[in-house]
Amino acid sequence: MSRIDVRKTYKLYIGGAFPRSESSYTYEVLDSKGKFVANAALASRKDARDAVVAARKAFGGWSGRTAYNRSQILYRVAEVMEDRRPQFVQAVSQSEGLTASKAGAVVDQAIDRLVWYAGWADKLAQVVGNANPVAGPFFNLSTPEPTGVVAVLAPQDSSLLGLVSVVAPVIVSGNTVVVVSSYERPLPAVTFAEVLATSDVPGGVVNVLTGSAATVGPWLASHMDVNAIDLTGVAGDTELATELEVAAAENLKRVRRAPAAEPDWALDPGLDPMTAFLETKTVWHPIGV
Amino acid sequence: MPSPFEYAPAPESRAIVDLKPSYGLFIDGQFVEGHGTPFKTISPATEEVLSEIAEADQADIDAAVKAARRAYDRVWSRMPGRERAKYLYRIARIIQERSRELAVLESLDNGKPIKESRDVDVPTVAAHFFYYAGWADKLEYAGHGADPQPLGVAAQVIPWNFPLLMLAWKIAPALACGNTVVLKPAETTPLTALLFVEICQQADLPPGVVNIVTGAGATGQALVGHPGVDKVAFTGSTEVGKAIARSVAGTSKRVTLELGGKAANIVFDDAPIDQAVEGIVDGIFFNQGHVCCAGSRLLVQESVVEDVLERLKARMSTLRMGDPLDKNTDIGAINSGEQLKRIRELSEVGDAEGAERWEVACDLPTKGFWFPPTLFTGVSQAHRIAREEIFGPVLSVLTFRTPAEALEKANNTPYGLSAGVWTDKGSLILKMASSLRAGVVWANTFNKFDPTSPFGGYKESGYGREGGRHGLEAYLRTPHESAR
Repeated sequence: MSRIDVRKTYKLYIGGAFPRSESSYTYEVLDSKGKFVANAALASRKDARDAVVAARKAFGGWSGRTAYNRSQILYRVAEVMEDRRPQFVQAVSQSEGLTASKAGAVVDQAIDRLVWYAGWADKLAQVVGNANPVAGPFFNLSTPEPTGVVAVLAPQDSSLLGLVSVVAPVIVSGNTVVVVSSYERPLPAVTFAEVLATSDVPGGVVNVLTGSAATVGPWLASHMDVNAIDLTGVAGDTELATELEVAAAENLKRVRRAPAAEPDWALDPGLDPMTAFLETKTVWHPIGV
Repeated sequence: MPSPFEYAPAPESRAIVDLKPSYGLFIDGQFVEGHGTPFKTISPATEEVLSEIAEADQADIDAAVKAARRAYDRVWSRMPGRERAKYLYRIARIIQERSRELAVLESLDNGKPIKESRDVDVPTVAAHFFYYAGWADKLEYAGHGADPQPLGVAAQVIPWNFPLLMLAWKIAPALACGNTVVLKPAETTPLTALLFVEICQQADLPPGVVNIVTGAGATGQALVGHPGVDKVAFTGSTEVGKAIARSVAGTSKRVTLELGGKAANIVFDDAPIDQAVEGIVDGIFFNQGHVCCAGSRLLVQESVVEDVLERLKARMSTLRMGDPLDKNTDIGAINSGEQLKRIRELSEVGDAEGAERWEVACDLPTKGFWFPPTLFTGVSQAHRIAREEIFGPVLSVLTFRTPAEALEKANNTPYGLSAGVWTDKGSLILKMASSLRAGVVWANTFNKFDPTSPFGGYKESGYGREGGRHGLEAYLRTPHESAR
């Protein structure tokens, strides 16, 4: 008789812990061929709100760290991912229906992207900030600062590379994140959360909710303690994207709009994914005696 | 108390201004009649009618947007940057040449003292055009991509507090980047925008590159909502800003919003108090407090609050309120009856909620809209006068004991436009500056502006920056953005 496998129910990642959904709902995750893989927690409104509280609590500490330290931590995440590469390859292959070698290439890109972003932490201020030569005796400096708590609706198709490509640029500058994973392909996000939990990223900096962007998105978009939202995960759904953008206007969240279709994540991301969640602060001081 | 100094009247002559009895809309290089209901613009200092202004209706907006589109497609977006630059340099020069005329007209229509329009508004306007003129042929070096492209037609809606300066903040970067514009000035202060039209004509700016449509909120709504605009830039209230953010949802229109504020001006006990008092006065009474970045919440360290208040009241008592065209006037008229009503109402709420009002004893003119420089003590964070933007010469005074408490109070607001810090300790300044959630931090100074220096808010004070290299971003399409 063949062995009966142990089926797993994956959990959320909030404030550095792995709770089940407060609603106790779960949903079945299938592989690309429709075969049952595991259960995942179905995030609820309450989970989203708990995640925002955790992200807000973590913001001061994370944004207050030195850029060098954030850079090291992001690089550490890449190291741990590299270590667990086989598990990611399997998860991506299962989720996206890719061959092992293609899934391997995607995982490599995801890890490399993280390394790329890790290096940005202590360079961004030099590239997007500057001194201003004002016409008077004043020191005048503009520097980027993180926007705050950012809600991210992660892409639906690219379960790992896409996820890393929308999370890393947000946290590298000191923001904290509540990310809603791909609904049908959540398991790479769960594995990514496990990596985060074991790689020096303080609890609450990244909070991972598995579930539906259409269900959780509106609560995040209208949440008054969320400063910005990335709508990439509802790409192509104009109606939902518009509804979320309208809700986000209530406290003037910075909105990264949903593209018409999911972008090609293999392309060079440029600065936009980082600058979309930065504020420019300008400080003046008189020069004199 | 009679002042030890007596001032002879020193009015600036208004003869330099050639006011027309009525103005149309400026569309496609010429003045045309509007199809809405004309309205009057008055001098807020005397309630004298200055001129009758056309109101643009939907069809007029459509004509203006189409003119801007034609000018964009056929002329402006194709013109090399170095040629666009020369038009902007011309405009800057003409503004300097006609600066007295512009200043007088601004003070007439807005009510602000001539010394401010003459020494702050108009020079900064000219400087803004000079600054962005120079960017027009250097955009590829601005850090917004190797081949940055203009967006198209920009719809720009500006407020009444700095009418010409806000026009410059909007039009100069838009044109430098190769966009064309349709701009709506505020309904109480349209005149300098209409004089700016003459300056564009003098500079031979191609028709349709700048279009000016006048009217009130409905006109602005029609402009912002027009499907032919690619970019919306708005300066004004947070309430309207949110409505705009909702209205552009689901479109590809790019938006920048520069909205309200409730800035904390923080005075530590080691600050040079006399300088701080000057900064407090400049922070809240500059331009009658009609300033989105006004330092309207004074946070004073408890140990010096009595000293600061005593010197502040003494300084406030020397402020001269009256004829905006008098060169000795410090405080002019409130811009409109409507705004005066709001200032009065919120001040009365301050009384009702238990704060203590102190105002400068002075005779208010019988005509026009006036409110004396006022401060409230005994204000708590829960009071509406500590939370809501009054947009008038009303200062709320709160106290704190530690830097941590000052920070917590300063950041306890949905706004985040500006903040002030006064202390002699450098490390404390840098700590405060980095922890204040505000787009502009003035340390040991306040209300300073420069074309090279980015300005704009955090949180509900809006998004995007105006001024500096950063200000170009609002009017350029980056390669990555077009790929999305």
